[in-house]
Amino acid sequence: MLKLGVPSKGRLMDKTFQWFGNRGVTLRKSGSDREYAGAVEGIEGVELVLLSAGEIPRELAAGRIQLGVTGSDLVREKLVNWENCVREMALLGFGGADLIIAVPQAWVDVDTLDDLDAAAAAFRAKHGHRLRIATKYHRLVREFLKHAGVADYALVDSQGATEGTVKNETAEAIADITSTGETLRANGLKILTDGMIHASQATLFRTSRRDWTMQQRETFKRLEAQLGL
Amino acid sequence: MTLAATLTEADRLRDFFVGRDAIVVQTDVLQSAETLLDLYGEDIRGRSYLTADPIRGEMVLRPDFTVPVVQMHMQSHADPARYTYAGKVFRKQDSDPDRANEFVQVGYEVFDGTNPALADAEVFAAIRDALGDLPLRAATGDIGILMAAVSGLRTSDDRKAALARHIWRPRRFRALLDRFGGRSPVPQTRAALLAAGDPFASAGPDIGKRSRMEVEFRIAALREDAATPPISGEELALLDTLMALRETSDHVLSQLRDIAVDLPAIGPAVMRLNARLDALEDYGVDVSTLEFEGSYGRTSLEYYDGFVFGFYAADDPTLPPVATGGRYDALTARLGEGKAVPAVGGVIRPDLVLRLRGTV
Repeated sequence: MLKLGVPSKGRLMDKTFQWFGNRGVTLRKSGSDREYAGAVEGIEGVELVLLSAGEIPRELAAGRIQLGVTGSDLVREKLVNWENCVREMALLGFGGADLIIAVPQAWVDVDTLDDLDAAAAAFRAKHGHRLRIATKYHRLVREFLKHAGVADYALVDSQGATEGTVKNETAEAIADITSTGETLRANGLKILTDGMIHASQATLFRTSRRDWTMQQRETFKRLEAQLGL
Repeated sequence: MTLAATLTEADRLRDFFVGRDAIVVQTDVLQSAETLLDLYGEDIRGRSYLTADPIRGEMVLRPDFTVPVVQMHMQSHADPARYTYAGKVFRKQDSDPDRANEFVQVGYEVFDGTNPALADAEVFAAIRDALGDLPLRAATGDIGILMAAVSGLRTSDDRKAALARHIWRPRRFRALLDRFGGRSPVPQTRAALLAAGDPFASAGPDIGKRSRMEVEFRIAALREDAATPPISGEELALLDTLMALRETSDHVLSQLRDIAVDLPAIGPAVMRLNARLDALEDYGVDVSTLEFEGSYGRTSLEYYDGFVFGFYAADDPTLPPVATGGRYDALTARLGEGKAVPAVGGVIRPDLVLRLRGTV
């Protein structure tokens, strides 16, 4: 069987089902609504595996699934040298979100990474600790800031409600995904003009591993043709 | 190549340094992460293995020996002192998975302030002698010269401090130079901020730990900077020449003497280079073939602030350096809470020595 990993709930799952459905491949949850088993119709030899979107990159890299739909941000964050582990097959055109850096609107003096760096230096000298940036995208943010030459900051882990960390004084700035910026504004934050780390969207990936069976290869070719890729 | 062979070679190298009056020291493999995080920030998280201990807090698998050896030395109050050590260090290799993430290092560190030029040459020569007649190419540099050049620029102290802070981040350093030199335009957002009658007119709620006063303070600094004339084209050109230097050491010395006429602040640093080259000659180093690069050592951790050097496989540019080292006076000042001890040292990778010797 050719295993296809799809996010197990929410809008990302619904939209993925729709995307495949429009191309003649029907994906659906089998059994009750709470059960994480799936069924595939319209093509032979493909098995649907419902997983958390965050686990799909790892499963692809390990070759436990051959295909998977997840956010391109998650692939870049979770896989070292992601280009060697997976290959992009199709951008699905939904699930769009930007990974950005945001600071309080009250920081009228900070609009660029250059400003952030200068503010971090002064902040550290005054408060005795580095300027904290709350995020769950540690690798992406660290690489981005390193490339830009920003110093005197520290990343603090935030797995949810990241926009609230500044008000709660557990961080001075945040790096998070946003689609409209509405939540940011509501929390008194603004986006740095050159702080776009990655524009993410739902993407169909295939594993780069080559240990496929003849049958999986054959199914893959048929699926590719049917999806028009 | 087996670990046993590497360890045997490590012992040989360490014994060699013992023969140069070094005391053997050992450090824990698990180090408190606090010091390293304070020194290097997020970079260290990207480079080393951190782990949480419920009692001791965040710990790190030692990414190098220098920091614990400096700490040990600062507590011992011995002076002068020479140390050697051998053991494994651990580094994440995110960007290059083919590189080893744990390997053996043998080091030689000299804490002796009586004659820094002599100590520089002593360490370089000790490493060279320990490596023997392997087919190696030596590269050298001197971060102290660039630091002196920055401190001597005819511009505001704030600008000089900003540049000095980013000597080890060449991209940001370049961007700052372009801004302060008027070579890049003022960002639109900043121009708008400085032109605004009330900069806080559309400011959102005051949230977070960075106060309104700190923002006002920076706006004042930005106004002052906007009123400061750009760094002159002559000075920018001199810095560019300095950073692009890539010649044999004797030629570099005469070029730097020329530059020092227009940039007198580098005078003392050039004299130190002169004294070092003399000392190296006394150790039998041919300075007319010794390479010097103006930007060498600027992409390593903020560590070295004077003489820097490395030994590379002459025939295999893909191999990591077989040995590296340099002077790190400022590091001892930060770890010694103000009490600085002039220090210079270097490390060798015995696994690469064996590989080059062909005993793989």
